[in-house]
Amino acid sequence: MAAKTEHELTWRDLEIGCIVTEPGNASSYQTGDWRSQRPTYDTAKCIKCGLCAVNCPEPCIHETEEGFYKADLYYCKGCGTCARVCPKSVITMVQEEEK
Amino acid sequence: MSKRVGIEASFAVAEAAKLARVEVVAAYPITPQTHIVERFSELVADGEVDAEFVCVESEHSALSACLGSSATGARTFTATAGQGLELMHEVLYVASSARLPIVMAVVNRALSGPLNVWGDHSDAMATRDCGWIQIFCTDGQEAFDQTICAFRIAEDAKVLFPVMVHLDGFHVSHVVEPMFLMEQNEVDAFIPPYKHPFPLHPDRPVTMGAFAGPAIYTEARKAQEEALKTSKSAICAVWDEFGKRFGRRYTPVETYRAEDAELLLLIMGSFSQTAEIAVDALRQKGKKVGLVRMRLWRPFPFEELRQAVRGAKVLAVFDRCLSYGGSGGPVCGEVKAALYDEKERPAVFGFVGGLGGRDVFPEEFERIIERGFALADQGQESTYEMIGVRE
Repeated sequence: MAAKTEHELTWRDLEIGCIVTEPGNASSYQTGDWRSQRPTYDTAKCIKCGLCAVNCPEPCIHETEEGFYKADLYYCKGCGTCARVCPKSVITMVQEEEK
Repeated sequence: MSKRVGIEASFAVAEAAKLARVEVVAAYPITPQTHIVERFSELVADGEVDAEFVCVESEHSALSACLGSSATGARTFTATAGQGLELMHEVLYVASSARLPIVMAVVNRALSGPLNVWGDHSDAMATRDCGWIQIFCTDGQEAFDQTICAFRIAEDAKVLFPVMVHLDGFHVSHVVEPMFLMEQNEVDAFIPPYKHPFPLHPDRPVTMGAFAGPAIYTEARKAQEEALKTSKSAICAVWDEFGKRFGRRYTPVETYRAEDAELLLLIMGSFSQTAEIAVDALRQKGKKVGLVRMRLWRPFPFEELRQAVRGAKVLAVFDRCLSYGGSGGPVCGEVKAALYDEKERPAVFGFVGGLGGRDVFPEEFERIIERGFALADQGQESTYEMIGVRE
């Protein structure tokens, strides 16, 4: 069952009552595909305060090796909370269609 | 050996739940179901049954509590009626889709408004598509027997669906009848312990009631539909075994004096007994009439119904419910749909009556039969007619 993706499963593959028998598999759910805007970063202005990570409702913002903070786009829903709370205006939300 | 006792049907249903060694009952009292839960709470208080009786503040909570208990693998029972069943509505669908074998006695009652606490099938019909197995009882003995059978059916590994046992409000629920109750050892031997394949347990975590997006929802619906359809053979097997053990035989569709009948009356629930009197009276006069009693409403017994009405010229379907602005009685509509593809089928006429506790006497069933013959003679395809309504 685990080998098939959600789009490959047939009705016969489902456990009785659609019960999910594999614990913790919510993490494989790609909430990032809900996103219409994504965060972009002007790291030169970043003071590494981490307020964006603390306020992320997902929470999908993690510290990078250089000590900056970056959203994991697999989960980021593009809510823009990080951009709103950033005291240095590091983060700008851009439409997904924009490069 | 079981003994014959005089007992009110509601008390017999509570007794059946006790004999089934129910572990959790979460219920809210509502007329005309009150005597079932009142009696069961007495049995718990008196220490006659080792069960949790959960007093809740509404039927929505009652069935929600039942979901939780059934999901842990506890044998679970509840009962309701009319507005109570309506308040449970959204939870009904969750119970069936999660495949939780809750047994619920539904003491059929009319729906408001106008406010009416008496019997008809409006409450049951409003839950037609909720995915539960639904069985309609004729009398108190059957309400007792079907409650016992319901646990065995619901918890069968090939079934695992919740079951509604419908008994007519007051006409069955409040009648004191002579009936055979069963001994504890007989019931113990008939109902094996309940084992859900994936019960909620911290050592073996599972997720129940997870969401399913467009990519998987259709597959979930298909799986549920196939499982409910195939449950029919398991239901029949349980009834067969019950018949062999206890001598009272139940089938999805039953007939009464239907051999060579030109006209058949089709009825669900206790009014089918009243109609037997009408059939007897007309048979006495040489009329070729008979009766079809539909016991299993979900899953719908297509084959058994087609078999039962084969050869009849006219089928008069009696409904204790009205689908406003639709085809009349829900049972009639479904019966017509079930027969549509048959090469030879009876002309089907719908009659709606017995609403909100209104009695229908044998003479009225005789008039329905006469009317059925008349409509067939006229070749008239009426939608439906209401019985006993003052013009």
